[in-house]
Amino acid sequence: MKDFNYHSAKDSKEASKLASSSSAFLAGGMTTIPSMKLGLATYKDLIDIKNIKKLSGIKVSGKSVTIGAATKHVEVSNSKDVKKAIPSLSSLAEGIGDPQVRNRGTIGGSIANNDPSADYPSACIALNATIHTNERKIEAAKFFKGMFETALKKGELIEAIEFQIPEKSSYQKHPNPASRYAIVGVYVAKHKGDVNVAVTGAKSCVYNDKEMSKALSGNFSSSSIDGMDLDSSEMNADMHASAEFRASLVVTQAKKAVDAC
Amino acid sequence: MASLVGSRVERKEDKRFLTGKGRYTADINLANQTYAIFVRSPHARASIKKINIDKALKSSGVVSILTGKEIADDKIGGLIAGWAIRSEDGTEMKCPGNPPLAKDNVNFVGDPVAVVIAESLAEAKEAAEKVEVDYKVLKAVTSTADAMNGDTIHEGIDKNLCFDWLLGDRQKVKEAFDKADKVISIDIINNRLIPNAMEPRACVADYNAASEEITLYTTSQNPHLSRLIMSAFGNVAPEHKLRVVAPDVGGGFGSKINVYNEDIVCSWAAKKINRAIKWVAERSESFLTDIHGRDHVTHAELAVTKDGKFLGFKNETIANLGAYARVFGTVTPTYLFGPCATGVYEIPAAYTNVKAVYTNTAPVDAYRGAGRPEATYTIERLVEKASMELGIDKTELRIKNFPTAFPFKQTLVHTVDSGDYVAGMEKAKQMADYKGFEARRKESEAKGKLRGIGVTSYFEACGIAPSAAVMSLGCGVGLWESAEVRFNPTGQVTVYTGSHSHGQSHQTTFAQIAADELGVPIENIDIVHGDTDKGTFGMGTYGSRSLAVGGIAIVNACKKIVEKGKRVTAKMLEANPEDVEFKDGEFIVSKSNKKKTIGEVAFACYLPGVRDEMKSPLPEGDEPGLKETSFYDPSNFSFPAGTHIAEVEIDPETGHVKLEKYTACDDFGRIINPMVVEGQVHGGLAQGIGQALYENAEYDETGQLMTGSYMDYTMPRADNFPEFNIGYTCTHATTNPLGVKGCGEAGAIAAPPTVMNAVIDALGGQEVTMPATAEKVWKACKNLKKSNAKAA
Repeated sequence: MKDFNYHSAKDSKEASKLASSSSAFLAGGMTTIPSMKLGLATYKDLIDIKNIKKLSGIKVSGKSVTIGAATKHVEVSNSKDVKKAIPSLSSLAEGIGDPQVRNRGTIGGSIANNDPSADYPSACIALNATIHTNERKIEAAKFFKGMFETALKKGELIEAIEFQIPEKSSYQKHPNPASRYAIVGVYVAKHKGDVNVAVTGAKSCVYNDKEMSKALSGNFSSSSIDGMDLDSSEMNADMHASAEFRASLVVTQAKKAVDAC
Repeated sequence: MASLVGSRVERKEDKRFLTGKGRYTADINLANQTYAIFVRSPHARASIKKINIDKALKSSGVVSILTGKEIADDKIGGLIAGWAIRSEDGTEMKCPGNPPLAKDNVNFVGDPVAVVIAESLAEAKEAAEKVEVDYKVLKAVTSTADAMNGDTIHEGIDKNLCFDWLLGDRQKVKEAFDKADKVISIDIINNRLIPNAMEPRACVADYNAASEEITLYTTSQNPHLSRLIMSAFGNVAPEHKLRVVAPDVGGGFGSKINVYNEDIVCSWAAKKINRAIKWVAERSESFLTDIHGRDHVTHAELAVTKDGKFLGFKNETIANLGAYARVFGTVTPTYLFGPCATGVYEIPAAYTNVKAVYTNTAPVDAYRGAGRPEATYTIERLVEKASMELGIDKTELRIKNFPTAFPFKQTLVHTVDSGDYVAGMEKAKQMADYKGFEARRKESEAKGKLRGIGVTSYFEACGIAPSAAVMSLGCGVGLWESAEVRFNPTGQVTVYTGSHSHGQSHQTTFAQIAADELGVPIENIDIVHGDTDKGTFGMGTYGSRSLAVGGIAIVNACKKIVEKGKRVTAKMLEANPEDVEFKDGEFIVSKSNKKKTIGEVAFACYLPGVRDEMKSPLPEGDEPGLKETSFYDPSNFSFPAGTHIAEVEIDPETGHVKLEKYTACDDFGRIINPMVVEGQVHGGLAQGIGQALYENAEYDETGQLMTGSYMDYTMPRADNFPEFNIGYTCTHATTNPLGVKGCGEAGAIAAPPTVMNAVIDALGGQEVTMPATAEKVWKACKNLKKSNAKAA
């Protein structure tokens, strides 16, 4: 690991001011630190944001659950309020990584990183989330741009994520046997009027599967998507799962999610 | 006094391990020490055109940078293969040189080319990045099956072939096959594994300029053997000027048998710079440079009669040695493999042919089970296939071909002294509720799942290695073990053993044995191992040899103590030595019922004349002191055996294999500590099941390791396993005084075929290679659905 400057910001304004083209925000550090250790990333400045009080905590209203960006996975999974409002979100958090990761990793970090196999981005898409930054509000559908790419500008800091409470929802994951990241994760959420089927792990970036969403909006039953043959041409392929297998898993996990709703 | 052997004595070592007081190599820090980082080849095969260290030398904190040139100039020797194997045509095996730092060529990703020594670890890393190596990249050979057709890796070694070895009689086998009603054949890949000991390799080398002695602290399973190799072949220092200490070691599984490049380089360099050097592997270095295991490609055939009698067996295997032949690299796919190839069956004719090939991958060597898992996997997959093709119940077919009498002269080499394979099978079936399986299969089917059951009956030859037996096979070295039992004048006992504990609980089990033999409380017995300055020579721990060989040496040394004690007691109590009996720590003169405790005898031996009974209690010809040594060379291998049964449930939609039940019924002879044996069985099963369902070391065609971290190499986790159902049958070994057999490798030997037989049973007999990953199984499920649809 190369030398770097460590800053602990006391508020979003200070964090934003310290940001430069060779800096990174540090929350749980679950990706940033290993990347730096392996020499895959080098920063001049690390700006620690987890001491910014405003960024932590969970608020539940009648329509939404708002989670501060520096809230740890374990806090989400243990929150009675989240369990009550959106149980699938709580169980998603419980299934991230291992206890060490869940006790350090944060929701904001996961979303800002936008790993194609991360769990939380699918929740954002499925639950029509709004990403609150220090500058603006961004709809989840416009936030995730591509592999490790988001709509965030340099120095822009996620402050909170606001999830819409659905009628029913479930997240089902087929984990990579080694890393336990999602090979495919499917988050199905039935809102008043429509159904979202958010898929992570399968392609270079999380997406809402329109075909399944449409079928399930018409008839919210796993039979309406059973045997659906998805196009695998844009699916990821690696030593753990071919594109063809992933395409099949997307349907399988979606069915499981619908059945679990 | 109640016997300790056979009871669940709590582990003496756990206090220090559980309270963070273990002392591992990385815990050792010496005054004024430096830090080493190795510059390693990023290419699988290349020639080294030039190494430029100028920039690196100017980097801050650098003490020294050494390359293959310096090590060659100092005539430091390379790494060696410990066992010479002859090809079928009588020619000697072909081994390339393996210098500790590559000078002209690199042959796998991770092959070290230079060492950077600096004042701090960070500075060493920084400087290592500045070492410029100019490589001419060459085409790598990575496939086991195709290695003989690839470019020649090592000059003068045609077809990359180390040897082409035969055990058995081809003509007899041909005759047996001519008589067969049916031939069952199978093609098998025994997947490559990475041992993944919890503690990565490490070493700290120190040099004392006054005594001219090098001390090497290292993560070794066999410090004496390491010293011997480093001294005799490495030319690092004469044995009396080289001390090797293997302190607490966090797991080995065979990967820490070898002397590694880093051991030699750090020892040599410490003397060169006259300072201590510390090196600790990072996990990614462990993945790349620890020895790997298995990696066989096999075609095997079994000739059978229509009613299921086995007539003949042949096994044609290509074994991957990796880039170089290391200590157990050549013996693992031959003498540890071939003799076990026919399994627990009476098969009149058999042969095993092994072609050992070099590839541009990490060296392959002994990994838990070493050769026997590969042998067992082949025969047990074949027998299971035979049961399907013949329509005979898998357990009945096995029983039909079990030997009925012991000693059992096995087809190829071994004479198995003891066992009862039928009893093991019957008990395993009962434990696993074999009869109830069909009902459970139907329950699974009702849920849309596929359920399969798999059986393996295995034996293995461990307790390596009786000199007479291995020499008759053409191997040069027998592996005996030594023990020294030393009484203090005040009655406590120190036992020095040449075995090494890196998780095997010797501190407890060996103390149990000595406590029973000597009648001394276990608290008063210390087990010392792992330091060439303490105790006599030792061969170390691998091949499930610690108890069956090392433990017997302790028994024998204790018996010598007792014999001396009898003579001393006789003198003290004015009796005949023949009339003195020893029981529970007391020497009793049978006629007078007078007695002396062993503590009193020890005191008298050290301080003769202090007590007033007589001037000296020592009989004529006996020297003072109470210390005895034994070098035990076993008369035969030990032959644990057993039957394992697994049940899996498969989700055809995701290909997920859930191991529902696992039953292991093993015969380890007499058990010293059931708790420790359970631990060994659990660990072995975890690794065996890991091989079947999860673990796989994969190289791409350029020789890059694709599974170089835990992100891609699937280490099994606790939630991958069911509660193991463990039981024993117990036939005492007749070839050693304790009646013990090895237990350390059984799980890793039996589990892969057991689990795979279950998976393949669930898949209607479709072959799937290990590991049975979700995608492979999902594809097989799709095929099954198609073929079932056709049939309907």
